[in-house]
Amino acid sequence: MDKARGGKQHGEPMPELLQFCVSGLTVGAVYALVALGFTIIYNASDVVNFAQGEFVMIGGMTTVFVAAAGVPLPLAALVAIAVAMGIGLLLHRLAIEPARGASAVTLIIITIGASIFLRGLAQVVFDKQFHSLPSFSGDTPIAFGGAAILPQSFWVLGGAAVIVVLLWAFFNRTLLGKAVLATAANRLAARLVGINTSFVVGLSFVLSAAIGAVAGILVTPITLTSYDVGTLLALKGFAAAMLGGMGNPLGAVVGGLTVGLLEAFGAGYISSTYKDAIAFIVILAVLFVMPGGLFGKASVERV
Amino acid sequence: MARFAKYLGGAALLAGAAFAWSTAASAETIKIGASLAVTGPASFLGDPEAKTLEMYVAKINEAGGVNGKQLELVVYDDSADANKARTFATRLVEDDEVVAVVGGSTTGTTMAMIPVFEDAGIPFISLAGAVVIIDPVKEFTFKTPHTDKMACEKIFADLKARGLAKVGLISGTGGFGKSMREQCVSVVGDYGIEIVADETYGPGDSDMTPQLTNIKNAAGLQAVVNPGFGQGPAIVTRNYKQLGIDVPLYQSHGVASKSFIELAGDAAEGVRLPASALLVADKLPDSDPQKSVVADYKAAYEEATGQPVSTFGGHAYDGLMILVEAMKRAGSEDPKAIRGEIEKTTGFMGTAGVVNMSADDHLGLDLTAFRMLEIKGGDWALAE
Repeated sequence: MDKARGGKQHGEPMPELLQFCVSGLTVGAVYALVALGFTIIYNASDVVNFAQGEFVMIGGMTTVFVAAAGVPLPLAALVAIAVAMGIGLLLHRLAIEPARGASAVTLIIITIGASIFLRGLAQVVFDKQFHSLPSFSGDTPIAFGGAAILPQSFWVLGGAAVIVVLLWAFFNRTLLGKAVLATAANRLAARLVGINTSFVVGLSFVLSAAIGAVAGILVTPITLTSYDVGTLLALKGFAAAMLGGMGNPLGAVVGGLTVGLLEAFGAGYISSTYKDAIAFIVILAVLFVMPGGLFGKASVERV
Repeated sequence: MARFAKYLGGAALLAGAAFAWSTAASAETIKIGASLAVTGPASFLGDPEAKTLEMYVAKINEAGGVNGKQLELVVYDDSADANKARTFATRLVEDDEVVAVVGGSTTGTTMAMIPVFEDAGIPFISLAGAVVIIDPVKEFTFKTPHTDKMACEKIFADLKARGLAKVGLISGTGGFGKSMREQCVSVVGDYGIEIVADETYGPGDSDMTPQLTNIKNAAGLQAVVNPGFGQGPAIVTRNYKQLGIDVPLYQSHGVASKSFIELAGDAAEGVRLPASALLVADKLPDSDPQKSVVADYKAAYEEATGQPVSTFGGHAYDGLMILVEAMKRAGSEDPKAIRGEIEKTTGFMGTAGVVNMSADDHLGLDLTAFRMLEIKGGDWALAE
């Protein structure tokens, strides 16, 4: 351990670049999943659900505590996803549905309240400590082109990719998915053709909760989790959704990965002190030029 | 009547104190106050502190109290909010009329309360870390925990002893990490050590590999120091292993709890940090003068709460005991007399180390108070 390390070779940009990319994509994939959650609910109901980060927290924390009670990890993860979906449904039935017809701003404020409530509840039901989960495929980093990549990073990236594909198939290949799209396009018209729009909006909350929970479970072995991790994730996910163009699923994914990469490159190449500022300055600059976000056009027509 | 009988029984037990019971009710108790972060983001500090104070005040009262009077503890929960802390400080002075205050879990709440107690002339023993609390010296303000500056000095002394002279810093940007980074930068020159990389991360950050990649590539790197607390250092430690950085990693006293080892997992092996002897109470040699104090406190705390001991509760123990000793020496409850006696504390053996206060040192600890620990086999071990 104590050996001096003089004469370390300097100036090989490629391994650094690759390391920053992996770091940025892993973090960005989580932002992308949170942004997707925002997008689904926004499309179905015009509500920006600021409790989206709490679904990520519930996914991670529930898995930790159910697993600690002796349940095998895969089963604990399923329980956590089910719990999150249940809470998503309750959020819709108890908080959003009764306020139906209120302005979007009112509904957004309701979701902020729900987020604070869920965080408080998590403090009581779980605890205030940080927790971790074992990595799904061990902790031995994989060396690739000079970068060290955790196996869990592949789980996060792969999990995000699978979710995106499943969502695409759901929206484009199933009748239920098309009902959600129809509700998003025009709620009154959807109701006139016999779509139960209240059910569809509820479904969008359940779906978002499930996506959030999966993100929380996948990422906990890397980032750790505690009752209050949702706040920052909601903020970053929201920024990602805005960057990509609110309401556009492709934009959410691209936006999330971009924010993650901006942070990693900002920290690696410019200054770690200002890395968040760098990411947000770029987002502001993009929104200044393209107020609708990178994929904003599509969101105006709503699919 | 049953109640009266209980009092009588209690009074009989307190043999020497029996006379005090005949005086007016208001003079029966000595009120001491505390404003702690029992809940909220710093609850890992305030929770063990509050439990420790309550437990030991009860013990002291059982044993006859102080100067023949029972202690009455008034605890407020400021949840680490400086505004609340200031309000509670005013309430402690004006409504509760306490004679002394222990606590202020964080540097922020402590700094907010200091003006209130200085104006009122109430002795105040803070349980927070930063050196600004007692430097410059304030008449009525004291503190018990080691300072971040001492942690830096302890780490650099260890580095020097190992012949390592080029160090990389990765610091949290929260209050603790920021303050400790500044202290480290200010004393590093005294040890002939050079900082070859200086990176930071935000309080909520979940990936520090970009910063650590830059540190890894710094020319001649021989060791890395990570000032910070919370989950950040655990992630730094994991990323450190992920990137395969093979020089020694030093953490600060801010992560001196078992949860750090749990969160960082295997990556924590070989990590060194300066910390209170409390963490290695059962590993100290019997000849160590601090052994009995830390072993007794650890046993009492763990039995009463069922939770593993933390250094933070130990700071509260030290603060309360320094106060009680001072009140005994002063023989009165006059805040000014108590203040004078606190300042004269010498040779007090607390969980943090030997305390020798003076008019220009309201902390009274030196570097021997810190032990250099190394994590071995998922547990603390003495590195020296």
